[in-house]
Amino acid sequence: MMKLGEGPMTSNADAAAIRPLAIEARGLVKRFDGFTAVGGVDLAVPEGSIYGVLGPNGAGKTTTLRMLLGIIDPDEGLRRVLGHDRPHEVAHAIGYLPEERGLYPAMKAYEAIAFLGSLRGLPLVEGRRRGKELLEEHGLGYAIDRQIRQLSKGMAQQVQLLGTLVHEPRLVVFDEPFSGLDALNQGKLEKMIRGLAAKGTTVIFSTHVIAHAERLCDEVAIIAGGKVPFAGAVDVARDRIRPQVRLETRAADGPWRRALPADARNEGAFWLFNLPESGIEPLLRALIEGEAGILSLSIERAGLHDAFVAIAGEAAARALEEDKPEEPR
Amino acid sequence: MSNPTGGRLSTLAAAYVVARRDFVAILFSRSFIFFLLGPLFPLLVGGLAGGIGAKVQQNVEPAKLGIAMTEFDILSMTRARHVLAGKLDGQVPELVEVRRLKPGDAFDPALAMRDTKANLGAIVSGTPQAPVLTGPVDRVERWKGEVELIAAEAAGMGPKITPVVTMGKLTGSTADTKRSRVVTAQMGQVVLFLLTMLLAGMVLSNLVEEKGNKIIEVLAAAIPMDAVFLGKLFAMLAVSWVGLTVWGVMIGSVFASAGQGLGSMPAPAVGWPVFFGLAVIYFSLAYLLLGSLFLAIGSMATTVREVQTLSMPVSMLQLLNFFFASWAMSKPGSGAEIAGAVIPFSSPFTMIARAAQDAALWPHLLGIAWQVLCVAILVRLGARLFRKWVMKSGPAGTRKRRWFSRKSKNAAPVAA
Repeated sequence: MMKLGEGPMTSNADAAAIRPLAIEARGLVKRFDGFTAVGGVDLAVPEGSIYGVLGPNGAGKTTTLRMLLGIIDPDEGLRRVLGHDRPHEVAHAIGYLPEERGLYPAMKAYEAIAFLGSLRGLPLVEGRRRGKELLEEHGLGYAIDRQIRQLSKGMAQQVQLLGTLVHEPRLVVFDEPFSGLDALNQGKLEKMIRGLAAKGTTVIFSTHVIAHAERLCDEVAIIAGGKVPFAGAVDVARDRIRPQVRLETRAADGPWRRALPADARNEGAFWLFNLPESGIEPLLRALIEGEAGILSLSIERAGLHDAFVAIAGEAAARALEEDKPEEPR
Repeated sequence: MSNPTGGRLSTLAAAYVVARRDFVAILFSRSFIFFLLGPLFPLLVGGLAGGIGAKVQQNVEPAKLGIAMTEFDILSMTRARHVLAGKLDGQVPELVEVRRLKPGDAFDPALAMRDTKANLGAIVSGTPQAPVLTGPVDRVERWKGEVELIAAEAAGMGPKITPVVTMGKLTGSTADTKRSRVVTAQMGQVVLFLLTMLLAGMVLSNLVEEKGNKIIEVLAAAIPMDAVFLGKLFAMLAVSWVGLTVWGVMIGSVFASAGQGLGSMPAPAVGWPVFFGLAVIYFSLAYLLLGSLFLAIGSMATTVREVQTLSMPVSMLQLLNFFFASWAMSKPGSGAEIAGAVIPFSSPFTMIARAAQDAALWPHLLGIAWQVLCVAILVRLGARLFRKWVMKSGPAGTRKRRWFSRKSKNAAPVAA
């Protein structure tokens, strides 16, 4: 039987070859009462990267993350987290923010942070000290001695986020970290994630908001129907779709029209079509020779959303659209 | 860069982190106040359940009347007792031959009362014409009339002329001691039962609250589920020990201020210090047995309603176990008592009752070893169930979503 780390990965093997992997998973399967929630997931998350797990609600993102963290065991497949087959063996080097946030309502903010740290092996006294420091650093100094039940939902979320990071983990896993945050705090969180990666921390987060992944991630895994049809660099995902050419000409008709690809469609003053496989130069030459009178020509690279649609299919994309992020409270 | 001052927690260290949090949280919570008020409930329930207690006391073998006379007189008295028992609907005490005397034999009934191992309330000696009734004051007073009637019948005097019964009053008897110890045994059982039920209920509520707060996933991600299970179980045990200490000090103070000691209460057979020690051990084991069962049940439930539904049958079964142990207590040495001691969930109750009634200590060593084994097995099984279920039971919405997604999947499988 092949072990993790011995054989080639099916997806982003190139990236894996460059950097050591923080997370490696192969063929993870999880069934609940006969229902397959995750049906064979392969992942390779390079150390120090920001990695997004994309998919609509119910796609299997949370179940996948839970298996990677050892919260639940897979029915089939292998996983390796920070070089260990049992995630709990490296729990002290991992931080996890679950989708459904939870803190003890009667605990004071700094105590809550210290407790989350103590679960990861940080001595309580040190956790208290760091908890107070972190709250001060993030503008929550006034809430140090307040009980969680006295904080707003957003503030409690920030406290839990700080508790996730208090023990300075090497790997941070966020499950839908942006849900429930207002635009300002979403921006802060994005900045924090970039800051973590800059310090060498591996960040993996799940989201159904593609824009966050597009802005932040080096690599993504697209999960749909419990499987991973794509895992790799964001650019590679985009490159799955040929760039779109947007052409505006002076001449409405002429011999240049023969140079347009078969999929070209006319929208108002513009012609839209996929960039031909032969590239832009032969096309340009044909347009000029055919006296098209080019007014403008742009090549637009596909976005991650388009890539998602192409990879996961229309149904998954529609589901993603339906799972709009929560309105900021 | 990771966590330079900390490191990976062992299961026990992780359990300690959970237990420390729970212990502090419960100690400063309102539920602990209710827990401290707990001793008042046994009084209330004890009053309500007085009927059961009375029944048990009735079931305890009734005291017998010892007889030490000549062979002829014993025969006469026995025959007379038989005749009277028929007439008085069995209200006449049964006669047990203590000693068959020859004319001129010396006999000390007080000494015989002290030395006997039989369940004697008093001893009648002398002759039917001049009987001597020796025993504790209340018993002698109560049986004087019956002895007069038996002696009159035996002496052929008839019911109208009865012999004078000489009364030798003692300060205690084996039957009274036994009866008193039954009271101690009953008290021990009731307190043990109510405490374990109260604690198991508290540990269950605590778990459901955590599931409601979504903290359980944070715990599950950081430490093994076995550690969560053990931490919760032992935190509540530690809380209960604090409660017991508080109660002990309070009750002791009340007794001390009233100028009374435990000497005024019916002493258990093993003596008070050993009895208290055994009570703490049996209580801890009873709680660990029931608590691990309740925690396993709690892991399957999401809401308080679900918890109530799931824990109800177990509570009822435990009540049956308690009643069984109470009943078995009245039959020391019988198969019922042995069964009560062997069945894990009734064993602590049966054994604490035994401690009150029987001075032998070896059965307790055996009982404790057996219960420790049962606790180890049940905690292990409970932890396994807990690990399996606690992260499986999600909000109804998730289940609904899964159901729908399964339906839609069946209708049009998602191409992946």
